[in-house]
Amino acid sequence: MRLPFGRAKKNATEASGERGVLAFEHTAEVIRAETALKAAGFAVRVMGPPPDMRTGCDMVVEFPLVHEPAARRALTAVGITPLAAAPVRAGMLEPVSLYRTTDFGAWLMVRAANMKITVEKASGRIVNISGGGCPDVPALAELMVGRTLAQCPTPAEHGQTLCSYALELAFQEARRMMPSHADTEKTA
Amino acid sequence: MSAPWLVVGTVPEESAGLMEGACTLSGDTLRVGLLELPVRRGTPALLAACCAATVALGIAPPQALLAGDAGRGHGSGRAYAHLSAHLPQLAPRGLTFHYLFPDLAGHDRVFLAAQALPRRPLLVADAGFMYAAKMSGQAREYDLFTPDAGELAFLADEMAPHPFYTRGFLLAEGEQAPALARRAWDSGGAARTLLIKGETDLVVHGGEVEREIPGPRTPAMEAIGGTGDTLTGMVTALLMAGRDMTSACATAALANRLLGQLAQPTPATQVAELMAHIPAALAQAEHAP
Repeated sequence: MRLPFGRAKKNATEASGERGVLAFEHTAEVIRAETALKAAGFAVRVMGPPPDMRTGCDMVVEFPLVHEPAARRALTAVGITPLAAAPVRAGMLEPVSLYRTTDFGAWLMVRAANMKITVEKASGRIVNISGGGCPDVPALAELMVGRTLAQCPTPAEHGQTLCSYALELAFQEARRMMPSHADTEKTA
Repeated sequence: MSAPWLVVGTVPEESAGLMEGACTLSGDTLRVGLLELPVRRGTPALLAACCAATVALGIAPPQALLAGDAGRGHGSGRAYAHLSAHLPQLAPRGLTFHYLFPDLAGHDRVFLAAQALPRRPLLVADAGFMYAAKMSGQAREYDLFTPDAGELAFLADEMAPHPFYTRGFLLAEGEQAPALARRAWDSGGAARTLLIKGETDLVVHGGEVEREIPGPRTPAMEAIGGTGDTLTGMVTALLMAGRDMTSACATAALANRLLGQLAQPTPATQVAELMAHIPAALAQAEHAP
């Protein structure tokens, strides 16, 4: 299926360097697809879809369009089938990339976009998750609060929405800032 | 008996189905009908704060419609369908929409059902439903949105489908809030009144700042999941009690800040620990000059 928007796809030579988008049924699939495509060596980014594709809490994966067949194979290998592929066109939005940290002394709060995660420095234990408005935020907080950065399930595994994607970014940034608490091998 | 006020939201458990009934708060436990729910964050935190505030104000508690939804959107879909079918019988005088999957089609069905009621209810939206309300292009038909700074930038960005995608030139910094609120109103992304949560809380009506609530400041409150929910819960209770919109927003904002002063939280404090302070915070805020 091809999306009903955008320019016609150029041939492979012309399209070298051109970017495309892959759309999926659920946001959780977008998160899994991004992980799978990155693992397969593709330069991909999660983006906001063009206005005529939007239904609410949605996103697409931007990828090098010339590599569409290989990208599809990489996704098929992990059991993901995109709903559609299309060239990038005007109207795509880049995610908010702003990280901000607040040092509360014994605790560190990391914000990515609209999500915040607060971690006890001494133990690496997640003490609070705030921000966001999608219904998987309370669900993820139930899973994550009280556990350490190393032990808790990741938002990428269990999240469904853009808010969970932002929380994943904050979570990974917290792990990056507190590497001694992020070693899953050491603390598992 | 006056018409009810209905709070619509979710609980993070897919198998919970749909729950509907009057709310009561007993200690740390919220009851909706016969069901007991823990108060941690999200819609149960909003309802707990609302219940505590209604007791303090001497009025009946809200009704709740809660759907089990951990993010897939199915439970929210059931809530949308139930609501659009049953709003005429319920005939609420107010609706507070909260953590619902931001589905435009679901929003539109509920919105049209509310618009078709013989007596238009007050419409308050926060969290995911506010995102859908803004994206629907019907934001100005709502009475109140309660965004934080990041959500305000989203409301001001006519291109953004979600706060995650707000364009970079719209920085969610406090000093930009009045300009963003004006832009949100002018572009049709704002409700008639905005209660903006930030370092200084703002009450904005029709794009104009009406009230500023700068203190008291308790920085740890920003880290605590659910402090936005307590604010929406208290402003809902004040509207239920008949306060005018600007007074309700300003009082709720001050009371939420006083919660921080009274509870002396750390960033590890859980929102349930704040609930016991709501009566005192609300009383102080109502008598503030």
